[in-house]
Amino acid sequence: MAVSALSLRSVGIAIGGRHLIRDLCAEIAPGECLTVMGPSGCGKSSLLAFVSGTLDPAFAAQGSVALGDRVLDGAPPEHRRLGILFQDDLLFPHLSVGGNLAFALPAAVRGRDARRGRIDAALREAGLEGYAARDPATLSGGQRARVALLRTLLAEPRALLLDEPFSKLDTALREDFRRLVFAHARTRGLPTILVTHDEADARAAGGTVLRLAPG
Amino acid sequence: MSARTQPHKLLRLAPGLTLVVFLGPIVAGLAGTVLPAFGFLPALGGDGLSLHPWRRLCETPGFAAALTLTLTTGWGATLLSMLVATGMAAALHHRPAGRRLGAWIAPALAMPHSALAIGMAFLILPSGWVLRALSPWLTGWSRPPDFSTVGHESGWPIVLALALKEVPYLMLMMLGALNQIPAAAQLRAARALGYGPAQAWLAVVLPQVLAQIRLPAMAVLAFSLSVVDVAMILGPGNPPTLAVMVVRWLGDPNPRWLFPAAAASVLLLALVVASLAAWRAAEAALQAALARWAMRGARRPAIGRAADIAAGAGIALLALTAASMLSLALWSVATRWRWPDAWPEGFTGANWMRQAGSLAGPAATTLALGLAATLIALTLVLACLEREAQARAGQPSRSLALLYLPLLVPQVAFLFGLQILLVRAGLDGSFGAVLWTHLVFAIPYLFLSLADPWRSYDDRYSRSALALGASRWRVFWRIKLPILLPPVLIAAAVAFAVSAGLYLPTLLAGAGRVATLTTEAVTLSSGADRRVIGTWAMLQAAFPLAAYGAAVAWPAMVRRLRRWR
Repeated sequence: MAVSALSLRSVGIAIGGRHLIRDLCAEIAPGECLTVMGPSGCGKSSLLAFVSGTLDPAFAAQGSVALGDRVLDGAPPEHRRLGILFQDDLLFPHLSVGGNLAFALPAAVRGRDARRGRIDAALREAGLEGYAARDPATLSGGQRARVALLRTLLAEPRALLLDEPFSKLDTALREDFRRLVFAHARTRGLPTILVTHDEADARAAGGTVLRLAPG
Repeated sequence: MSARTQPHKLLRLAPGLTLVVFLGPIVAGLAGTVLPAFGFLPALGGDGLSLHPWRRLCETPGFAAALTLTLTTGWGATLLSMLVATGMAAALHHRPAGRRLGAWIAPALAMPHSALAIGMAFLILPSGWVLRALSPWLTGWSRPPDFSTVGHESGWPIVLALALKEVPYLMLMMLGALNQIPAAAQLRAARALGYGPAQAWLAVVLPQVLAQIRLPAMAVLAFSLSVVDVAMILGPGNPPTLAVMVVRWLGDPNPRWLFPAAAASVLLLALVVASLAAWRAAEAALQAALARWAMRGARRPAIGRAADIAAGAGIALLALTAASMLSLALWSVATRWRWPDAWPEGFTGANWMRQAGSLAGPAATTLALGLAATLIALTLVLACLEREAQARAGQPSRSLALLYLPLLVPQVAFLFGLQILLVRAGLDGSFGAVLWTHLVFAIPYLFLSLADPWRSYDDRYSRSALALGASRWRVFWRIKLPILLPPVLIAAAVAFAVSAGLYLPTLLAGAGRVATLTTEAVTLSSGADRRVIGTWAMLQAAFPLAAYGAAVAWPAMVRRLRRWR
């Protein structure tokens, strides 16, 4: 799989004339992580929304986002190939665990057996063997977080956006899950942006840390 | 035991009383319909059971065609409305237009079915506004063409007119169901996985919404299969739909037609029950198909274009609704309007002045019935909701199916029997009898529209007021009711609009002697001058529209006054 860097060029975000982010430039190499920290309301979630193409039109944004030489500006979110992990796992309640993963798996993987095989392999690797038929509601918080990660990765993203995905897990689980996420990001060479207000997250990410001032 | 768990004595009676008020007539009426369908009606010499009424029904000329027409128009309207409403939701949820949708559909919801059907007839008739606007420059016709639109044997105008009302209703129900799930976040997740907005909505949100709008969708299906006024105004005359057939027989001076009419009512009830079962099966099949589709992982941009087409159809329906209302208004103030002029020659208040004398009585009756039904229904529903809140003993899910019963049973099926019972009791044609049948429909609609806001009230307001030493009575009147005033007013407007638009209950329980704007407008629609029909249908629509307007404007005005002071 071709890997490329995620670059932000002169990104600025403002709401109602108030500047949250000014002239932000960053180049995130494959497998590297940029951590964005700051108090609530400083614009760190707006930055992720801007990168993923879901920023509310109430915000005024400028600047450019590119994956390698592919400029993403103006592309709808579904064409950007950016995997996102949210604070909540957002597993779809009407589909089984396997159904959630099949929804993410590209249609290029054809045939029921081939698709099943890919999903079972992914579950096995994450220590969730045999969970395909389960209802997501019957899983523990840590298991749900892992399924959400698998779902994001199976869609074959070109970069990873992490919107405080560790904040709702309790301490012991948090560390394991953090390790798992960053290990996957590194082995797949995914440039990653992590938004958090937990210093331990920043240390585990190990890359550049960008601190935003309170808006 | 704390004070909270012991509701007031009077409140404890509320749920039982409410059930008797709105379910009593249905149960009694159904019994009164089923017995004559099998030949039992002692007053007319039917004192044994027989299948004779059914034989008479089956031998009626055009019976098979009426049956087909009933099924095709009922199912056609429901499927079309579901398809368009779903397409609109899928195509518009992520666009700014989607957020304003609520404001667009409110007037369409308030319009009585019959006024809308009359307005649509003014548009689509060969001599109607659409062909006037296109002739002769486009069509080349200098006289109205000789083909049928209104009354076409396929019944397509019935389907179209029902869709005008049902698309906004289903949209509103879907928007309500969306509040129960984290739809926005789930849609963001689905789009990050590479799905376009419309496909994401259909694969992720629709399966969760389907189960929640099951009862509203079933109410739409039952209503479409058994509607009378719209089918009388826009449907074919011979044979008509089953429901219209029954009403014609009931209006026949010869009482021997009561027997096949009862049989046809029971048949219609059976058709509706079978259709609802089929709907449930179809919903399960659709759920399974949607899940299989989601698991295939195919990202299909074409879905977005398909949803856009459905949304375009929905917007065209809203435009048709607006044009129908406008055509009523224009005719009611037209001086002369010759074919094929696109506009009347001039405008005048003379039509209204001439009709004023005859409009006044039915308008007063409409207002009195609507206000009385709304007040009684509001009192009963508030008492039920308050009891539920105080006792924390509510079983909302179980009572929900009962609330929908009046909306699922075909109106003719129980009104027929109810009328026979009313005649025996000497109560037919009385204001009270009509009011009671209006309550059968006003109570469930009012309850359904008020229950969610009432249940989501933050009870800490009341508790802090109680802690300040206020009595429970005072807390209800001075704290809870004022806070919940906006949804209470909207619910009251819904009940008023329902009452003002009821045709068949008013006609049958009123024995033709209680005239409202709706009953008169429907009667006039079959032949009178369009300027006359225009004034009646216009005034008929104005009442519920004014009620909605007042319900929205009142709280806003109170707020503004408070800021000025």
